[in-house]
Amino acid sequence: MVLKVFFPSCCCAADSGLLIGRWIPEQNSAVILAVVHFPFIPFQVKQYLSEVQKVSQVEIVVLGTWCNNKQEKEESLGKFLEDLGTIFSHEPWLQLSKEKGSKFWTCHTLARQAGTPKEDQIILIYYDQRKAMLSQLHPPEISLDNQPGVITAPDASKLAAVFDTVAKSEVLFLTDRYDDGPIKLSHWQSEGVEASIIVELAKQASVPVCMLLTFLLSFVSGLCRSRIFKFWPLSFIWSKLSTCEQVGYRLEHLKFVFSNQKAENQTQLMRKANIFVSLLLDMALGIMLLSWLYRKNRIGQLADALIPVADHVARDPAGLKMNRALDQVLGRFFLYHIHLWISYIHLLSPFIEMILWYVGLSACLGLTVVLSILSDIIALLTFHIYCFYVYGARLYCLKIYGLSSLWRLFRGKKWNVLRQRVDSCSYDLDQLFIGTLLFTILLFLLPTTALYYLVFTLLRLLVVIVQGLIHLLVDLIDSLPLYSIGLRLCRSYRLAAGVKFRVLEQDSGRPLRLLMQINPLSYGSVIQTYRLPTYSCYPKDSWGSLCKKLFFGELIYPWKQKGDKQD
Amino acid sequence: MEERRSFSDIDGGRLALQRRYYSPSCREFCLSCPRLSLRSLTAATCTVWLVAYGLFTLCQNSMVLSAAIFITLIGLLGYLHFVKIDQETLLIIGSLGIQMTSSYASGKESTTFIEMGKVKDVVINEAIYMQKVIYYLCILLKDPVEPQGVSQVVPVFQSAKPRLDCLIEVYRSCQEILAHQAVTSTSL
Repeated sequence: MVLKVFFPSCCCAADSGLLIGRWIPEQNSAVILAVVHFPFIPFQVKQYLSEVQKVSQVEIVVLGTWCNNKQEKEESLGKFLEDLGTIFSHEPWLQLSKEKGSKFWTCHTLARQAGTPKEDQIILIYYDQRKAMLSQLHPPEISLDNQPGVITAPDASKLAAVFDTVAKSEVLFLTDRYDDGPIKLSHWQSEGVEASIIVELAKQASVPVCMLLTFLLSFVSGLCRSRIFKFWPLSFIWSKLSTCEQVGYRLEHLKFVFSNQKAENQTQLMRKANIFVSLLLDMALGIMLLSWLYRKNRIGQLADALIPVADHVARDPAGLKMNRALDQVLGRFFLYHIHLWISYIHLLSPFIEMILWYVGLSACLGLTVVLSILSDIIALLTFHIYCFYVYGARLYCLKIYGLSSLWRLFRGKKWNVLRQRVDSCSYDLDQLFIGTLLFTILLFLLPTTALYYLVFTLLRLLVVIVQGLIHLLVDLIDSLPLYSIGLRLCRSYRLAAGVKFRVLEQDSGRPLRLLMQINPLSYGSVIQTYRLPTYSCYPKDSWGSLCKKLFFGELIYPWKQKGDKQD
Repeated sequence: MEERRSFSDIDGGRLALQRRYYSPSCREFCLSCPRLSLRSLTAATCTVWLVAYGLFTLCQNSMVLSAAIFITLIGLLGYLHFVKIDQETLLIIGSLGIQMTSSYASGKESTTFIEMGKVKDVVINEAIYMQKVIYYLCILLKDPVEPQGVSQVVPVFQSAKPRLDCLIEVYRSCQEILAHQAVTSTSL
């Protein structure tokens, strides 16, 4: 049977002593966590191990002996180490030893039970303890049972058990060689425990800051949810404006990040970190935009440019002049509408600069808020295009239905509503006469209405596409997990997709030596795993059904928000 | 113990298989693909530059030439880093797992490791590839839900595409190790 020994690469130069770690019998592997040096009292070692076991919930035992012969071979030490095997009984008892100046180690196992000890084949796997402790395997193992440190599923990943063991034994790594305790250990932190002043200060400062911010946020959200905003016209407007959605969404995010509870598991911690970095970036971009916009009177220039554009859009949408000679009735109706719109804009024109100035201040809330406001302004300015589209579409729709029904009459058929199919029907002569007349009239008026419909639909689609692009950009800023991407870039061992092995130099007769390294997650998987959920949903209609709706003149609502009532 | 032999791939190019036996339960197979030929590189570059020069004589805008140079450079770097695979390695360690590494021409290496507990078997499959029927070596993974089923088929040496004689060598060695591992795991 093959015995796998996971040895931390930091202990390769350690002095002789006892090996402590965890034995996993199902996989016949020993994970070595540290080396206990001489002098020690066996009773104290056993006591220390039971304490550590209680805190970390990992069964840490003495697995064997480690002999680092820095001088000439010491016979007495070898005998002493063998005798230790009788004090700390463990099956199988490992004996690793290293000669001075040689890369290759000698490994023996002693199995006292079952008669003759048979020599197991040993594979020695070196691993980086610090990286193994800090890394997180993806996809995370879901334990069926809530007992930590126990492998429940029979086919649970073997390597996940190794990472789990190292991660849970953090308490073992908190003593370094400057501590005056009875036990002297060697592990990755034995040269001195690592800590960062900034992290500790941030941890201390975060508690009162979080409490203060939670209080402020609860106050703000209470205000937003108050009764005055629930009345019908206001609630309708709030639901249609994307700015309110975005601000509400950011408020939820702020509440989540600054909540008083600690993150329960790794995924929640990553989510909090991602949201925090995303908020910071948003605000930074917003403030940059703010500083650019308010310099050199750009607001004034923007206001001056806006009015003629709105005028031009109102008068000749898409540069197509509406020919009065062609269609007096429709043309007059639409022109009156435009006249109203122009007078509305001229009424507002003295105030536009001031409005823009105050609205631009909201950029300090974040770039996403500015983009949502821009999208809303576009929607408001092109509201008349939306109205024209609805009128044109309804008219065209009526015409198409009329035509199809009269075409059936022309052929002597009828739509059976009960059976939902086309049936033959015998019409009277006067029905046929009027029907045919109406059919001819509708048919010859079809090109005009179709042209109006086409123009307004194209304009509406253009506005929808522009709004859609802005929403896409907002979604990108909202959902990109920047902290995770930064982590993958700078500390790639933290996000592990798996492991990779490298075979080190071999010597015949000696055990196989492997180096285990962490295989980092690819950028695509990082984004997919840690994407933040967004509130908008993408069009449900396929291209085919969209074209069908356009042909028949049904109204299209491509960007329906989640939670909107279906019309 | 190292051994080197040359085989050919399905298109007739030269492949070199290097076998290393580290121990009775650990073997490595390294397949080297034919390198990027200078002829094809020169041909591609000349075509792009001739087209760019043709456009330049038409529109007299020197931006076309700079754009062509830029495209050629970026295209070559992208090809070397993301597309051209120099070597494919299969490392099989009994009782640990199977590891597949692809090293690209720019030095990038991408590794996948499959644990032995998930491996059901290593087989040679036939597939229809364009107008040919080819053989490929693949690893069958166990299905956690159904004990007799196969959840995934992972092909090995996908870009080298060696012929059957090379695959048989690799297959035989893998089966030896898998059999040896099955015997030792049941004997305990």
